[in-house]
Amino acid sequence: MAILVIRNVSKRFGGLQALSKINVDVEKESIHSIIGPNGAGKTTLFNCITGFYVPDEGDIIFDGHNITGLPTDRVVYHGIARTYQNIRLFKNMTAIENILVGMHPHLHSGLLGGILRNPRTQREEREAIEEARRLLQLVNLQGRGDILAKNLPYGEQRRLEIARALASKPKMLLLDEPSAGMNPKEMQELMHFIRHLRDSLGLTILLIEHHMRLVMGISERITVLDFGEKIAEGTPKEIQSNPRVIEAYLGRGAASGLGVQAQTAA
Amino acid sequence: MTRLSPLFRETMRSALIGGAAALLLALVGMVESFRERFIISGWFNVGQVLFLVPIWYAIYTTLRRFPEENRKNTLLAAFVGGAVGSFPLVLLLLLGSVINLRAMFVNASPMLYRILTFNQGLGLGIFLLIFVAALFGLTAGAMLQLPQRWRRALIQGLIWVFVVGLMRDLILTVTNRWGPLAPIFRSIFATNGLTPVGGILLFLIITGLSYRRQQKNASPKKPLDSKARWIVLAGVALVFIFLPQILGLYFSEILDNVMMYILMGLGLNIVVGYAGLLDLGYVAFFAIGAYTTGVLTSPELNAQPLTYWQALPFAMLISMISGVILGLPVLKLRGDYLAIVTLGFGEIVRLLVLSDWLRPWLGGTQGIQLIAQPQIGNLVLKSQVQLYYLFLVGVATVVFIAWRLKDSHIGRSWMALREDEDVARAMGINHVTTKLLAFATGALFSGIAGTIFAAKLTSVYPHSMNFLVSINVLALIILGGMGSIPGVFVGALVLIGAPELLREFAEYRYLVYGALLVAMMIYRPEGLWPEARRRLELHEEEEGPATDALSPSPTE
Repeated sequence: MAILVIRNVSKRFGGLQALSKINVDVEKESIHSIIGPNGAGKTTLFNCITGFYVPDEGDIIFDGHNITGLPTDRVVYHGIARTYQNIRLFKNMTAIENILVGMHPHLHSGLLGGILRNPRTQREEREAIEEARRLLQLVNLQGRGDILAKNLPYGEQRRLEIARALASKPKMLLLDEPSAGMNPKEMQELMHFIRHLRDSLGLTILLIEHHMRLVMGISERITVLDFGEKIAEGTPKEIQSNPRVIEAYLGRGAASGLGVQAQTAA
Repeated sequence: MTRLSPLFRETMRSALIGGAAALLLALVGMVESFRERFIISGWFNVGQVLFLVPIWYAIYTTLRRFPEENRKNTLLAAFVGGAVGSFPLVLLLLLGSVINLRAMFVNASPMLYRILTFNQGLGLGIFLLIFVAALFGLTAGAMLQLPQRWRRALIQGLIWVFVVGLMRDLILTVTNRWGPLAPIFRSIFATNGLTPVGGILLFLIITGLSYRRQQKNASPKKPLDSKARWIVLAGVALVFIFLPQILGLYFSEILDNVMMYILMGLGLNIVVGYAGLLDLGYVAFFAIGAYTTGVLTSPELNAQPLTYWQALPFAMLISMISGVILGLPVLKLRGDYLAIVTLGFGEIVRLLVLSDWLRPWLGGTQGIQLIAQPQIGNLVLKSQVQLYYLFLVGVATVVFIAWRLKDSHIGRSWMALREDEDVARAMGINHVTTKLLAFATGALFSGIAGTIFAAKLTSVYPHSMNFLVSINVLALIILGGMGSIPGVFVGALVLIGAPELLREFAEYRYLVYGALLVAMMIYRPEGLWPEARRRLELHEEEEGPATDALSPSPTE
């Protein structure tokens, strides 16, 4: 069953057609990757799903609800959380505070509760901190919670961003190039971590990635975008041998030679 | 000698810049204004500090960049640099003796020349000036030869002598009430500044203490545990409760003023410091609070005047509503655009209360008189000390609220919006309500300050609601540290309290503000008392992660 259905979504910026009539079905509890050359529209698609952009046409249906054009701050309530290509943490807040902000949809204490600290607020706050500590542990950041986000090393910032996204208890996690700047060993760990998230939390994971080894090793389905259009979709194996994909990545004419090689290798 | 070594070249260059700064301070009149303010009575006054310290500082910081140079060269460069640093002032003296500079520089007075020449006439005076500046430069060089510990201790000693000398009146007024201790303090002060013996004694004591303290502080400071924190807090509260008694009547007016700015600062700190919404029209809410109180309680404008306490809830409500009204149109604006619009809002409110159109209701240029003062039982709060306690109650309440909000769900949402609005929204934070809440809370605190202000003067005038109030409040939270509650207190003391104590400063207030803010941005952008985030993961009482890892986990 598809948890996310993207139907005919288009987005245009001035003269640039960033997305044209994109159709993608993301299966529940699957790991689905979106790949494509730079400027193919991958992040634009993410931004449409999470409400940063409103698509010019088409529908985005998540878990049976039409979330097209919903404001950003409502989308998260449907169970979608994301990370960003260039890390966007709340830099001057501590790691644990970043996670607490991520829990926003589940915290209900208001202004008066905050001032008076009534028992309900206290309990909520205590449980939230407890949960945040657990999430720190999950991404292997235990003991780093009181450090300002900007003072964490790059890799830890990436992990913290995932923890913050998980804090909203999403059904689907959108990861925008999570392996950027990682060495092969870290990438291996990330791969296991993503799989672990899916298996233990039952999350659906939508992934934008450039590292082919990661994409091919982890994805159950891959969608390929190029110049705002979907040019291919399928299992890693199918994508690897798809001539249009190879053409998009390596340029026109490359497909004839390399496609054969890929096929024989497979 | 064809080329100077970098050491000499750099030292002379920055000494000249320091000299130019000294020249500026002389020509704006600061040196002359401060000639009567002695640090060491009869020996050394603040005017002299103002034209010598820039040269000294320029040489000191430059020489620090050349730690490998040998002692002889450093000292020589310092001496020569000091002499060169005096050249801009010498040039002023020479020019001033030939032509009359006062047509252009009103402060280039004979008195200034007498100060710069140490009252010794032109020829000998110029020689003396160069020599004294060179000696000053030399001390900068000599200081750098000392081990760091001594250097720090010496600088601390000098700063203390300067501050204590400057604050003579305040310190004497306060210590005069200390009975047996009073004569000790009286003995180190002359009629103006410290006595030479007192100055030297103070310098030696502070330097010695500071030297010893650095030894002890070699180990990093441990954060206070919760018990110690309560004791400190109780101590601070006691000081604030007895502050009028400690300081005496003479300072109550200043104290009230400082408290009023603290109240406003705490409010703006929520808007700017927590939520990151740069509001330059903050005085508007102060005006709205003050005018609401005025309109409701003054028999001039109102057939059935309310009492202060009856009017207070209305004033608070209207301040909050106007906060929301300002907030609504500016929700989509960020940064500079927000600043400009809020600035406009502040001006609109000022012009409205000034206008003839609203004169029947708001009094126009004449303002509102006969505003009710708060009454508790039969006691009407009208003296400055009584009003201080009203301010204190206000400040205490507002500090409590600001402190609670800071670490609450709402506070974190404000900060998240400040840090990255788009991402904060993607976390589910509704930027409309959250921002409006910040505007409303900030406006409320400012409105409260306004009501007390109105009650204190029993009158309000449009001219006290000018743009500079907003700037003062903003400057004090920047100086204290954005988002920091103690920072607001420090900022208000430095920017509002200190100029009141040093009357001579009043004229140069904004010059000093500007210089201070520039210096802060360069050397200490986080403020004098920066905000510290609360530790949530590992509490002070709990053990660190290192010991956690060592203890066997139950699952294994």
